[in-house]
Amino acid sequence: MMREYQNIFTQIQVKGPSDTVPIEEGIYPRFDKKMVIHLLGRIGSAQIGQVYLGWFGITSGLCFLIAFEIIGLNMWASVNWDPIEFVRQLPWLALEPPPPSNGLKFPPMNAGGWWLMAGFFLTASLILWWFRTYRRARALGMGTDVAWAFLAAIWLYLVLGFFRPIAMGTWGEAVPFGLFPHLDWTAAFSLRYGNLFYNPFHALSIVFLYGSTLLFAMHGATVLALGHLGGEREIGQITDPGTAAERSALFWRWCMGFNATFESIHRWAWWFAVLCSVTGGIGILLTGTVVDNWYLWAVKHGFAIEYPTVYPVLPDPSLTEVTQ
Amino acid sequence: MKPLKISMKEFYILLGGALSVVVTVLIWNFSAPPISVVQVGPDGAAMEIVINEETLAEIERVNNEYPPSIPPASPDGPRASEVYQNVQVLGDLSTGQFTRLMLAITQWVAPKEGPESQVGCNYCHNAANMASDEKYAKHVARRMIQMTQHINAEWKSHVGNVGATCYTCHRGQPVPSYVWYKEPPHAQEARGAGGRAQQNRASAAVGLASLPGNVFETYLLEDNNIRVIGHTPLPTGNSSSIKQTEWTYGLMMHFSNALGVNCTYCHNSRAMAMWNQSPPARAKAWYAIRMLRSVNGEYTAPLVDRYPDYRLGPTGDAPKANCYTCHQGAYQPMLGYKMLEDYPSLSAPDYYAEYANEYRKKEKAKAEAAAALEAQEEAGEDGEAAPVAN
Repeated sequence: MMREYQNIFTQIQVKGPSDTVPIEEGIYPRFDKKMVIHLLGRIGSAQIGQVYLGWFGITSGLCFLIAFEIIGLNMWASVNWDPIEFVRQLPWLALEPPPPSNGLKFPPMNAGGWWLMAGFFLTASLILWWFRTYRRARALGMGTDVAWAFLAAIWLYLVLGFFRPIAMGTWGEAVPFGLFPHLDWTAAFSLRYGNLFYNPFHALSIVFLYGSTLLFAMHGATVLALGHLGGEREIGQITDPGTAAERSALFWRWCMGFNATFESIHRWAWWFAVLCSVTGGIGILLTGTVVDNWYLWAVKHGFAIEYPTVYPVLPDPSLTEVTQ
Repeated sequence: MKPLKISMKEFYILLGGALSVVVTVLIWNFSAPPISVVQVGPDGAAMEIVINEETLAEIERVNNEYPPSIPPASPDGPRASEVYQNVQVLGDLSTGQFTRLMLAITQWVAPKEGPESQVGCNYCHNAANMASDEKYAKHVARRMIQMTQHINAEWKSHVGNVGATCYTCHRGQPVPSYVWYKEPPHAQEARGAGGRAQQNRASAAVGLASLPGNVFETYLLEDNNIRVIGHTPLPTGNSSSIKQTEWTYGLMMHFSNALGVNCTYCHNSRAMAMWNQSPPARAKAWYAIRMLRSVNGEYTAPLVDRYPDYRLGPTGDAPKANCYTCHQGAYQPMLGYKMLEDYPSLSAPDYYAEYANEYRKKEKAKAEAAAALEAQEEAGEDGEAAPVAN
């Protein structure tokens, strides 16, 4: 009955063994009855685990834990170990990089040393996790698309905390670990370099970011709309286009004259997501190293428009006044 | 595998739960509507002043509250410095004007309640000997009168023709409600972990952002560089760091907070540094920074030795001024009310010097005439009449 048809939750509880893929079960069996949770089945697969550990998993987890502890304990110490203040002020707290004057030396522990250590372990954790995504994909005979997409995110992370600080000659240029503090850092970054919105790579990154959400919504909505026609069996629709694929193709051609296919839509989405952080990283890396003021750079290259003057413009008082 | 059914009732309960979470977060964190926007720049530049009606009502309540002006006194008669002892400022006023200003200052500054020795005139003066400087408050008040005259005479570039009086900051309180002190160093800074480089806490000084909070000492007492943005498209030696930018940003948050305005009141936010695109208010603010360095450096901070301990900050420094001290949330203190017009003696140290000179000339002439008359009388006794000066 249409009245009961809701697409908020998964309509089918996915549980039970499916053994079409040959894997070595070993200590990581494919199915464990104790790990089936009905509520999870409403939003995804009902089964949780088994998690494959392996050396990359264990070392990555360990490195992440060390970084997490360094950051968290420094935050807690910064409120004099007061547990209530720690919770109350948590969004404001941070582990701050060393002062810019420190350069690339290893700073005193309480003036950036902890930050450098946390950064080292977090980076190690991410890279080890990258190997994990690569190796698990290979073990299952999959392509490594997930690993390369993940690497795009690691690229942006490394530009912000590693490549650009080295290019600028000081760890003090890097991002603090903290909720509000990293947002304040971001705003200050744009202010310092004359408005990041005039950075064309920043613009591209935004295109791919918003484009990703748009494509995600278009694709998700299309597939949901075809659910009762078997559209959610996407592989079948790719290799043997049925009525679901044809209807969606017609729908988008009727609406906007062009359609992606059941196969190509996933490439669109993958490239949009990957290019968001790839272009973003390029934009950050160029800032301060080869461009100092993006607004003036935009004026120089003729794409910052001029607005009419509507209020009296005064000269810079520091040029006309002797008082300082 | 069988299809899962969710009843409409269940669905609406879940939806209601999710919505109530969203609404709670919104009410908690954001200003209530209505919020109006006034365009102050060219079309398309998003130069807007954002006004929240509720906040505005509070700003108006605070800034529309001031005592009625005392009727002016006669400028004639003997000068205060000639009648009273130990008058180091305002001595050129007539005694009437002098008493009137003292009454006004009592109204503006002195406590109204408390032990008798601490209220009204007694807050600054020893009732038995008004000329005595034994109370610290008298010395501070004298210095603050000099400061007010300095502000109104030398910093017209900031205070314009509105000017400042004692009331601009004091608002009926012996110590203005909004003063600042130096921050004590953070204890964890000297230990093994938990240093926070003077930022990363909810600091009221910078609008509860996690930006560096010690901006008053850095920029409104000390003369540190505020400008961080480069003036060339490509790098040409501007080494300002992002952390330094966060300090500047913190100071700007204080401006915004103190004046109840957003960035675009002074800046075209697409090019913050460009003077040729900035609204004129930015120049006022530039002078304000220099004015406060002068006020704090020459007047408020050096009074530290005069204050009793309970008036000092946690590191033993004197109370000092920032933008909020006068502005108190309004773009102009007391929304531009020109209180100074009624008390012109606060506008410059020598405002009544001319009156005083005239008075002294008259007095001198009178004395000379009296002396001449006396001489004539003496001469008359001798026989010949001496010529009388006219």
